[in-house]
Amino acid sequence: MPPSIALRVHHALPAEHRDRLLRVAREVSFPPGTRLFDEGGHADRFWIVRDGTAALDLHVPGRRAPVVETLGVGDLVGWSWLYEPFVWRLGAEAVTPVGAYEFDAVAVRLMCLDDAEFGRAVEHWVGRVLAHRLQAARTRLLDLYGPHNSGGAR
Amino acid sequence: MTDVPVPYRVVARRPETADTVTLRLEPLGAPLDDFAPGQFAMVHCFGRGEIPVSVSSVPATGGLAHTIRAVGAVSAGLCAARAGDVLGVRGPYGVGWELERARGRDVVVVAGGIGLAPLRPLILRALAEPAAYGRIDVLIGARSPAELISRREIERWPTAYTGVTVDRPDREWRGDVGLVTTLLDRAEFAPARTTAFVCGPEPMIRATARDLAFRGVPRDRIRVSLERNMRCATGHCGHCQLGPLLLCRAGPVVGWDEAERLLSVREL
Ligand SMILES: Cc1cc2nc3c(=O)[nH]c(=O)nc-3n(C[C@H](O)[C@H](O)[C@H](O)COP(=O)(O)OP(=O)(O)OC[C@H]3O[C@@H](n4cnc5c(N)ncnc54)[C@H](O)[C@@H]3O)c2cc1C
Ligand code: FES
Repeated sequence: MPPSIALRVHHALPAEHRDRLLRVAREVSFPPGTRLFDEGGHADRFWIVRDGTAALDLHVPGRRAPVVETLGVGDLVGWSWLYEPFVWRLGAEAVTPVGAYEFDAVAVRLMCLDDAEFGRAVEHWVGRVLAHRLQAARTRLLDLYGPHNSGGAR
Repeated sequence: MTDVPVPYRVVARRPETADTVTLRLEPLGAPLDDFAPGQFAMVHCFGRGEIPVSVSSVPATGGLAHTIRAVGAVSAGLCAARAGDVLGVRGPYGVGWELERARGRDVVVVAGGIGLAPLRPLILRALAEPAAYGRIDVLIGARSPAELISRREIERWPTAYTGVTVDRPDREWRGDVGLVTTLLDRAEFAPARTTAFVCGPEPMIRATARDLAFRGVPRDRIRVSLERNMRCATGHCGHCQLGPLLLCRAGPVVGWDEAERLLSVREL
């Protein structure tokens, strides 16, 4: 396992829960351009990127879906599988060849129900990823690379 | 150092983006002392006034050059300068990056927007002497692909890793989208053995320096460049004050160990 994955999952998941989770993973790969999921679809699986880059995009009617963020090694792709109504909120596409651990959402949710401690750990992990992405999105709204007084009253 | 502007001729003008140009300058008479990467000049546009501008190229890396974004009267006047025009220049001012202090260590350069310009001579100098440093990683964030400066040059740098990420991709963009801090995960520097150099808008500096410190880069080895309004650049007028520091003399480059406290104060 590349160190960055260990680090990411490690940050939020204690070793025993991490090992349990990775035991039910399938190793998959996607050529560039593959749609991992589309907005509005049923969120029945999720991924942790092993190598390559995936883009999250937003459906805008009549336009090509704009990319809102890219995810790389160690990143969690997809969180809608954990929260009802299990419907994808964004779309995801492989930008480069992507290697990933793929997880079955139902199986992992059942594991969470089965073992409350494991469930809490997984929810905590996904919640932290979500909080991080929310913070990043808000920071980018400040137009971080614009003039230093942007985001102000001007 | 001279505090009187000396005449420099614009010998070349290269547009970088819609509002940013690089001007290459040569002295008409006796030149100023050599600039070090990270230092700045007061550049005078006749009839308009003068502004502080960092060097984006120093003699050792290809002659004196400034990369300037038009945001107001003086910077717009400088951006409109043509080859042959004469500008007044005084300097060098300020504390540079002090790359020498990074010898024997990994080097991480993090640039936001036009912040890449003052870092460029530092990057070129480090790359010219690869044996002196460990890994050299360059991480660049831009608002959009169209606002990325030195675009073609970036691709040729023999760094361990050069990452570029944008906020708003266009149709052709196939690279990363998101905060420059996400690129820290893709660079394999050893935090405890790293010196970092950060330049960009202040919110970007804060986000980056905090992440670097969280990862374990020693605070005094995170060097950030802070911009403040400058008038005299000689430590007399007080315009550039940040807390106890006069940034024209004590900066613009300061350690995060010192800057963090000052930038966390709500009002100074
Ligand atoms: C040490 C130091 C190094 C610098 N290096 C560079 C450099 O390499 N290249 C460069 O282009 N600029 C650099 N600057 C910033 C540059 O000095 C200012 O952009 C300039 O003073 C603006 O003057 P002006 O008369 O054109 O605009 P003003 O009329 O003074 O300002 C016009 C508007 O732009 C805003 N503004 C002022 N400065 C900036 C800025 N930096 N970014 C965005 N908006 C701004 C003002 O708040 C105002 O709203 C540096 C500043 C310092 C202190
Ligand atoms: S610019 Fe005058 S004191 Fe620094």
